[in-house]
Amino acid sequence: MQSKREMKIEEKPERLIVDGVRLDGRKKDEIRPIKIEAGVMNRADGSCYIEWGKNKIIAAVYGPREVHPRHLQETYRAIIRYRYNMASFAVDERRKPGPDRRSIEISKVSREAIEPVLMLEQYPRSSIDVFVEVLQADAGTRAAGITAASVALADAGIPMKNLVSAISVGKVDGEVVLDLDKKEDNFGDADMPVAMIVDSGDVTLLQMDGVLTKDEFMEALELAKKGCKYIYDIQRECLISKYKKVNSD
Amino acid sequence: MSSEDILSEIRRDYIYRLIRNGERIDGRKFDEYRNIDIELGPIERAEGSARVKIGTTDVLAGVKMQIGEPFPDTPNQGVIITNAELIPLASPTFEPGPPDENAIELARIVDRGIRGSNAIDLDKLCVDPGNEVWIIFIDLHILDHNGNLVDASSLAAIAALLNAKVPNTKFGIDKDDERLAMNDVPITTTSAEIDKNYIFDPCLDEENAANVELTVITTSKGELCGMQKTGIGKIPVDTVPNIIDSSINMGKKLREMLLKVVEGNRI
Repeated sequence: MQSKREMKIEEKPERLIVDGVRLDGRKKDEIRPIKIEAGVMNRADGSCYIEWGKNKIIAAVYGPREVHPRHLQETYRAIIRYRYNMASFAVDERRKPGPDRRSIEISKVSREAIEPVLMLEQYPRSSIDVFVEVLQADAGTRAAGITAASVALADAGIPMKNLVSAISVGKVDGEVVLDLDKKEDNFGDADMPVAMIVDSGDVTLLQMDGVLTKDEFMEALELAKKGCKYIYDIQRECLISKYKKVNSD
Repeated sequence: MSSEDILSEIRRDYIYRLIRNGERIDGRKFDEYRNIDIELGPIERAEGSARVKIGTTDVLAGVKMQIGEPFPDTPNQGVIITNAELIPLASPTFEPGPPDENAIELARIVDRGIRGSNAIDLDKLCVDPGNEVWIIFIDLHILDHNGNLVDASSLAAIAALLNAKVPNTKFGIDKDDERLAMNDVPITTTSAEIDKNYIFDPCLDEENAANVELTVITTSKGELCGMQKTGIGKIPVDTVPNIIDSSINMGKKLREMLLKVVEGNRI
C-alpha cells in the first residue's frame, strides 16, 4: 500500500503581500467571500452551512434533549457538547478520521466561546449538542465553525442572549491582516482566532499562535473587532432571510 | 469523565467579597504569585528534568530525547512532542485513562509557548538531514493540583529544557553530550477574572470561583508568543490590553527568577 513517493511539499512563496495586496488579491482588512445559510438540514433541530473562502462547514444542533450517559446530567442547567470534526479529505494530505488532539482542544475552546450566550438554566438535566463538520478546510475553520454553530443554535430556537461571531487575525510578511487563508496561515508569523459578542464587546474566544509585539496585538485586536462586526451582520441577515422565506412559503 | 471540584457558595462569596476589597484568600496582592520553588534535574535518567512548585501546586517535567525521522516539510529540524498527564494522585477529580480535553489543552498551551518563541534551536538538532533528527519529548506529570497548572507546567517544561543535555554518547554519535541549544525562555502567566478584577496565579479555590482565565506567553524581548482564553466566561475587549501589559511585566520577573536558579545550578 505505502509507496515511497511522497506528496510534494508546498514551498513558501517569496512574498505573501505585494504592494499591500495579498496573494488572493485581498486588502489587509478584507474578508474572504462568505456564503451562509440557516436551516439546511432535515433531521437536526437547527443547522447552518457556511462557505468562507474555500472553507466548507456544516454545523448542526440537536437538543435540548436527554443526556446519555445519565451521570453527565447537571441538576440546574443544560450541558453543551461541542464536537468539532474534520473530514479526512478536508485537507491536502489525507488526515486520519476521528478526533485528534487539535480537534479536542478546538472543541473545548469553541464550547467555551458559545456557552456565555446560551440560557442553559432553562433546560436542567438536558444536553444541547453542537456538531461542526469541516468538509473542506482553508484556515480559520474554528472561527467559521463557531460562526456557523451560533447561527445553528439560533435556528434551533435555543434561547440565546446574543450571537457569537468569530474571525481569525494574524501576521503575514510582518503585517497584521484579517482573515488568513491557508497559505497565509501556513507561512505567516502569527494566527489569532477571536470570538466576540459584538453588542457587548465581550471576547469569548482568544487564542494566539506565533509571535506578535504588543502594538501588533493591539492592531490585530482592533481588526478582529471590525471583522466580528462584519460577521455578525452576515449572521443576522442569514437568520432574518430564513424566516422571510418561511413566511412567504 | 472526571467529577468537578466543588466550591461551596459561602467560600465563593467570601472570595468575591475579599476581591472587592482588594484582598485575596491567602493574603496575596492581585499580581502576586505564590511562593515558587524550582528544582532542577531531580530525575537523573531523563535528559533534562525540573520540578516546579507554585504554592502547593506541584508539577514534574521530564525531557527525553531519541533519534527519529524528521517531518517531511522540515527535514533539517528536530521535533518537539509535548504531553501532559493529569494523574489521579494529584486530585480527586483526575481519573485514570487517556488524556482528556483538559490534559490535551494544557499540553498544547505549553507546546505553543515553546514553539511560538522558537525556544529550542531546532536546526541544531539535525543529525543526518532528511533522515535522522532528535525528537524531544516533553512530558508533564502533574503531582498535586492546587490551581494554575498552566503556569507551573510551562515553567517546569522550560526549566527542564534549560537543564537538558543532548545524549550524543548514548546514541553512538561521535560527540560529547552537550547542553540543549536554546534561543529563548518563554514565560507563561495566567490571570483569572473574579468580579471584573484580574488576579495572577489563581489558587484552586480562586480558579473554581473565577469565570474566565487568560493565559499570555511572552518572550525575552517582551513579545507575545501565545495566548489562550479558558473557561466559559467572557472578557471585555477593553480590559485585554491591561492584562497583556501586566503579563509582560510579570513574565519578566518570573524569567529573571528562573534564570537565576538555572545559573546557580550550573556553577
